[in-house]
Amino acid sequence: MAKPASNLSKNVQAFGAWVNERMPVGQVWREHLTEYYAPKNFNLWYFFGSLAILVLVNQLETGIFLTMFYTPHADMAFSSVEYIMRDVEWGWLIRYMHSTGASFFFIVVYLHMFRALLYGSYRKPRELIWILGVFILLVLMAEAFMGYVLPWGQMSYWGAQVIISLFGAIPEVGDILVEWIRGDYMISNATLNRFFALHVVALPLALLALVVLHLVALHEVGSNNPDGVEIKKHKDEKGRPLDGIPFHPYYTVKDLFGAGVFLILFAFVLFYAPEFGGLFLEPDNFVPADPLVTPQHIVPVWYFTPFYAMLRAVPDKLFGVMVMGAAIFVLFFLPWLDRSKVRSIRYKGWPSKVMLALFVVGFIRLGMLALGDGTPIQTIESRIWTFYYFAFFALMPFVTKFEKTKPEPERVTK
Amino acid sequence: MSETDLASTQPPENPGRRRLLTWTTGVVGAVGAGLAIWPFAASWKPSAKARLVGAPVEVNIGNLEPGQIMRVVWRGQTIGIMRRSERMINDLPTLNEKLADPQSEVASQQPQYAQNVHRSIKPEYLVANIHCTHLGCIPQVLPEVEAQPFDAEWRGGFFCPCHRSRFDLAGRVYNGVPAQLNLVIPPYHFIDDNTVMIGVGPEAEGAA
Repeated sequence: MAKPASNLSKNVQAFGAWVNERMPVGQVWREHLTEYYAPKNFNLWYFFGSLAILVLVNQLETGIFLTMFYTPHADMAFSSVEYIMRDVEWGWLIRYMHSTGASFFFIVVYLHMFRALLYGSYRKPRELIWILGVFILLVLMAEAFMGYVLPWGQMSYWGAQVIISLFGAIPEVGDILVEWIRGDYMISNATLNRFFALHVVALPLALLALVVLHLVALHEVGSNNPDGVEIKKHKDEKGRPLDGIPFHPYYTVKDLFGAGVFLILFAFVLFYAPEFGGLFLEPDNFVPADPLVTPQHIVPVWYFTPFYAMLRAVPDKLFGVMVMGAAIFVLFFLPWLDRSKVRSIRYKGWPSKVMLALFVVGFIRLGMLALGDGTPIQTIESRIWTFYYFAFFALMPFVTKFEKTKPEPERVTK
Repeated sequence: MSETDLASTQPPENPGRRRLLTWTTGVVGAVGAGLAIWPFAASWKPSAKARLVGAPVEVNIGNLEPGQIMRVVWRGQTIGIMRRSERMINDLPTLNEKLADPQSEVASQQPQYAQNVHRSIKPEYLVANIHCTHLGCIPQVLPEVEAQPFDAEWRGGFFCPCHRSRFDLAGRVYNGVPAQLNLVIPPYHFIDDNTVMIGVGPEAEGAA
């Protein structure tokens, strides 16, 4: 019996060799997995990159299936979503996986970005990884916004109305631009159709391309780590970083474990609170779009609320839109705003630690304030945190340059 | 773990334990992936809406003249209801030797109550799914006795334009044509003399 087995493995090896002579499968496998050395001191924060890919796959798969049942027409979109929820076998699950997945995408991406802020992962030589990441965030925001329009409920309709009207703030060309984006004198079927095309084809392609570039750039320079020290400085006689371990099997196993824990949490929300009390899917979006009535409480989905709070805090249309845009735009310059001698928050001075902590508090508070009624005291608090958001970036070059830092270790610590 | 050699090829300290863990993880993961695929695969099944549209249909046949056929749609399939004349009914047993399955022995092609020479509940009425059993086209109805290019002694029946399969007026397939099976007789029953219900057989009359 042993003979056929060895023949089989011989055949498998021969097939592998045949492929490798024509396509560098083995080489890619080694360069990016078995001989890609990642710092051995990764912690909890380093789960979110692979989790973002997991959620992306979830969105692509559920999205493809939703497209099979959804009708991109203003007269039929809403009822086709209800058809998915009620009539299509397991349609409710596929739709909730997609809508809950969208919120989890932002949770994961925001935590992933916070990790970069913590450990200075945007610093030289990783500026491009960060910049590509900000582009990913931008595309993701566009993708999420257009996806939210597709069910053609009240929030879809009026959300689209508000967001597209933002472009109307641009002097001179604003009105023409808005009309061009809508393709009509009001949000209409034309708008829905183009958003559908962008949401299911154009933006996912852009997102995939950016993710590939993000990873290519990462694998060129190698991962940062919680200590922010360069593991390539100390190598063994074979040229392998002493503080690095092969991504496969060590981090593939670690990430698989993380994926398991994540999926348990995801499933819990998916099955017990898919709308998450109106935060993930707003109640008004279960009412068909009505061009004659705007819902009472019109608030964006939670992941946009911090930026929406900034818009509301500014008592001027154009300036408000500029502030909101600048809140994202400023992220592109982060790699050059941090002038610290050290990368990781572990070795930065207390001013940096306090400012980052306040930044997180401010971002969350802005998100919460956006959901409020806009009382005068809430407006004032929104203004303070909006001001602080930009102060965090504006002060960073000075704080990081002049604060007293602790010496970085030569090698990674536990 | 020694710091000096952390290659992926490093042999495990306890191979049995590693093998067990790898296999249990793999098997549990495969079961999970299999279960996760199910909702996606199942979503392709006819939806509740499609099943509703596929409900039984009631047809009034009071106006049907002998020799006439009417078409109705049930579950998207074209169902022919033909009122056969005396001549047509009497012809049926005479064709047996030209047919592939004259006794309707292939059970999948008709309910038991239609497994007879006229393949129907009442000899007068043929109720059949008239999609050709070869590749699903709808045959032409050529009910009259007249010489045809494909059969000089044609006694009336169905002729499929797609691949030239032929069926008699009980939906029985001729020998030597691409189709191998008789036309399908759907479940049906008579509510009264003038009304037929397609989609439910007589045995389920009360339940329907």
